[in-house]
Amino acid sequence: MWNGEYGFLLRNLIQKDFKVRYRNMSLGIFWSLLNPLVMMSVVTFVFTRVYANRTPHFALFVLCGLVPYNFFTVAWISGTTSLVENAALIKRVAVPRETIPVAAVLSNAVHLLIQIALLVAVSLLSGVFPNRYWFLLPFLWGAEIVFLCGISLITAALNVFLRDVRYVVESANVVLFWLVPIFYSFEMIPQRYRELYQLNPVAALVLASRTILLEGAAPHAVLLLKLTLSSAAVLAIGWLVFQRAKDRFYDYL
Amino acid sequence: MTAIEFVDVTKSFGRHAGRLLVRQRLLRWLRFTRAERFYALKNVSFRLEAGEGLAVVGSNGAGKSTLLSLAAGLAKPDSGRIRVNGRMATLLELGTGFHPDLTGAENIRLNAALIGMTRRQAEARFDAIVDFADIGDFLGEPLRTYSTGMAVRLAFSVAINLDPDIMLVDEVLAVGDQAFQQKCFERVRAARRQGRTFLCVSHASGMIEELCDHAIWLDRGELVMTGRVRAVLDAYRDSNPARV
Repeated sequence: MWNGEYGFLLRNLIQKDFKVRYRNMSLGIFWSLLNPLVMMSVVTFVFTRVYANRTPHFALFVLCGLVPYNFFTVAWISGTTSLVENAALIKRVAVPRETIPVAAVLSNAVHLLIQIALLVAVSLLSGVFPNRYWFLLPFLWGAEIVFLCGISLITAALNVFLRDVRYVVESANVVLFWLVPIFYSFEMIPQRYRELYQLNPVAALVLASRTILLEGAAPHAVLLLKLTLSSAAVLAIGWLVFQRAKDRFYDYL
Repeated sequence: MTAIEFVDVTKSFGRHAGRLLVRQRLLRWLRFTRAERFYALKNVSFRLEAGEGLAVVGSNGAGKSTLLSLAAGLAKPDSGRIRVNGRMATLLELGTGFHPDLTGAENIRLNAALIGMTRRQAEARFDAIVDFADIGDFLGEPLRTYSTGMAVRLAFSVAINLDPDIMLVDEVLAVGDQAFQQKCFERVRAARRQGRTFLCVSHASGMIEELCDHAIWLDRGELVMTGRVRAVLDAYRDSNPARV
């Protein structure tokens, strides 16, 4: 049926999202930086001036949480709505359906790259310099992307049948803002909840990047293993769910 | 070789697909009733040999578009079997993959990737696509500045340059102005002469007769008649003199 190239298709879809988003903006790519910068400043102000706080490098501390969290929420919601928003395409062109949510996640990964540059810049400005564990960071972000592709395949497919799913995802993102240690540290979480926290892949990611950037140490091997396994498992499940559902997209779009 | 084969194909749609409230769903489940279904195609069988042209005729709501969607693999049948052999280009509602904020050139590449060209093919055929669409200086302008005719010409040009074994066409030969319609028609006729398979839904009977060998007539999802294009068109017109 469709004899194209997945790589060429994905690249074109990602480029489209990227160009379309910034073409009509005077500030262009700068918007990708502005949002986390403003959030970082506000949260830093509240938790250093309003509530006293003695965490060193607090701005960087917050940014370590914000960058993965922001990417997660934005990519997840655009992945979830991608199929419904491209309904015309799904109904008229035999393009492989998987590529639509995956491209939505990956085009947000481009913004993640920009925000990572910001994270590195803030690290250097805060006087935190690269150590050998920085080589683990791309692996962490890779795991997050894999996880997002998996979970977006699931919610995007469900959203075709039940349009309520996007609101569930939006609410989950709000909850996540408080349940991911963005402006508090892992040590402040009562012992009995810690295990639960580590099951949340975004939280695990934040913890691992803080260990690397702020403590200059290697994250716990068990944590990395959990992150790898849960990401791979979610991608596998997402793929299976999507394969089962995709034949009926036409009927529901 | 058979290019497209439908064996006893049935396709139905739920009447409230996806838009039911939980309350209604629960009630239905408690009462053991099934959702009401609309049958777009009922036990349709036909076969299209490679190199032949087939026209699908029928009034609105006869199931013509559903048939094309099934042949294109966009939808799956409830029952029955569909077999397709060959590289297929679907010219259904041209320009669905286009984005108004992208330039003509960017849209060509995006659409080429969507319909299944490889990067190499897209680069190699880029000039041919631009030439055929004849959009002149607008190549670097965003698509939203194009006239409707120009946008459709561009879309047709990308699709036809996929150089498919099988062309699925839904009324789209009626695109652009008279001159461009003629150009599209010539292009499809050339492809037919080279032995490409052609399946179309159209009301332009003159065009049908020239491009197709056979025709099938659908009425409310059921196959009424299969045969030579001339015979089917005559019978179809005779059934209702108002049809042209």
